[in-house]
Amino acid sequence: MTAAAALRRTPLHEAHRAAGGRMAPFAGWELPVQYAGLVEEHLAVRSRVGLFDVSHMGEVAIEGPGALSAVQRIITNDAGRLREGEGLYSPMCNPAGGVVDDLTLFRTGHAEYLLIVNAATRAHDVAWIQEHASPARVRDLSDEVALLALQGPRAAAVLEAATGASLAALPAFHRSGGLMVAGVGVAVSRTGYTGEDGFEIASAWDEAPRVWEALVEAGRAYGLALVGLGARDTLRLEAGMMLYGQDIDETTTPLEAPLAWTVKFDKGDFIGRAALERQQQEGVARRLVGFEAQGRAIPRHGCAILAGGARVGAVTSGTFSPTLRRPIGMGYVPRAAAGRGGEIEIEVRGALVPSRVVRLPFYRRAREPAGQATEG
Amino acid sequence: MFPSDRRYTRDHEWARVEDGRARVGIAAFAAERLSDIVFVELPKVGAEVQAGQAFGVIESVKAASDLYAPLSGRVVEVNQAVIERPEAINEDPHGAAWMVVIEMSDPKEWESLLDAEAYAALVGELQS
Repeated sequence: MTAAAALRRTPLHEAHRAAGGRMAPFAGWELPVQYAGLVEEHLAVRSRVGLFDVSHMGEVAIEGPGALSAVQRIITNDAGRLREGEGLYSPMCNPAGGVVDDLTLFRTGHAEYLLIVNAATRAHDVAWIQEHASPARVRDLSDEVALLALQGPRAAAVLEAATGASLAALPAFHRSGGLMVAGVGVAVSRTGYTGEDGFEIASAWDEAPRVWEALVEAGRAYGLALVGLGARDTLRLEAGMMLYGQDIDETTTPLEAPLAWTVKFDKGDFIGRAALERQQQEGVARRLVGFEAQGRAIPRHGCAILAGGARVGAVTSGTFSPTLRRPIGMGYVPRAAAGRGGEIEIEVRGALVPSRVVRLPFYRRAREPAGQATEG
Repeated sequence: MFPSDRRYTRDHEWARVEDGRARVGIAAFAAERLSDIVFVELPKVGAEVQAGQAFGVIESVKAASDLYAPLSGRVVEVNQAVIERPEAINEDPHGAAWMVVIEMSDPKEWESLLDAEAYAALVGELQS
């Protein structure tokens, strides 16, 4: 990152400053890393409710004749089964099966789809989608759409208070337009990046501060916390969710990452299919696994992973888990070392830290009623 | 905010002289900046440290940072309590959560450290 002047700001910049948000560069944006403190914010989302500004995320519409076949070509998951208002998570791959980006997709109309993509990859994604979506129409709505995330066991109560509407009929990975918060029209999806029940709330860019203020106000009675990027990362890591550019990228495939469930070979052709089919038949050489490390030193991105004394891989994400109170991480290891319970070592500042391969996710919320089919 | 009974480095460590030895910790500004400190790695008693060189590591949930020795000398005491409970550094960085005591080998180095006023000015610049 170079000059601060080059950083983009979300419509909530002033609100973050006023709330004591510590701003830092992220993917070309100036965003709050934390407000009251990372661990406090993290635990608020696990036990109560947290509000995030994720307006840096990109929104891309694919519309018109050929929209479904364009979507099916671009993503590995199967959008063919989606009814209007339903969505899914999917990677989008290159011909080698490498992940170009991971995204959330909703069917917003008969022949209308909306893709929520990562900020860092937005420009590349738009070009990629345009290249492969013809004859469907592709529109980059990222500059017009602000996005907030409201996450935690009390998120539904807060959003119901703010909208005056019941959200009982909005299951996971469903999206509904036509709701109002503080007189502002919003579209709400029951999605998130924390492992908790929660919502992502889209509004017109300039109207986001009114929505934000109304949610903060409605959340007061529920112990709502403002949550920055720091806790966003620890929450998603505990939930075993991939961070694009770190855990997955163009050199890794969904089959190596724990995303095989998003690759639907029975839906017809898609970009990367042949390569992924071959990899499926031959078996992957490496897998992304979760691990828990002994002691308190934290394995970070880039630390070497050793198995049987040999360097076999590297940590893609690592942190101190605020919920489990121990260091956790993920990284790619050869299939032979990827079995659950397997003993590995992580090299942290020259010292080898004994670690154990564990099941992902590290954290799973208490079971919800039916309809909470999330990934994995 | 920054006690005047000690001096500071530009890397946000403090040192306070007691009977010719220097007690060392990190300044509240750094502890607050790091937030949620979960791990600290300190040298053993007897280790030699060099002014301006890393003598340990401090980790918050977010990131790992080196600790830089304000003064050269030999480590004569290590605060086991902060190793066992690193969050104490967030609670009382200028007091109970000191890190090491150094037997100074070059007391002249003291003069190159920042006094509380100069350090407060540095922090002011970083906050603006």
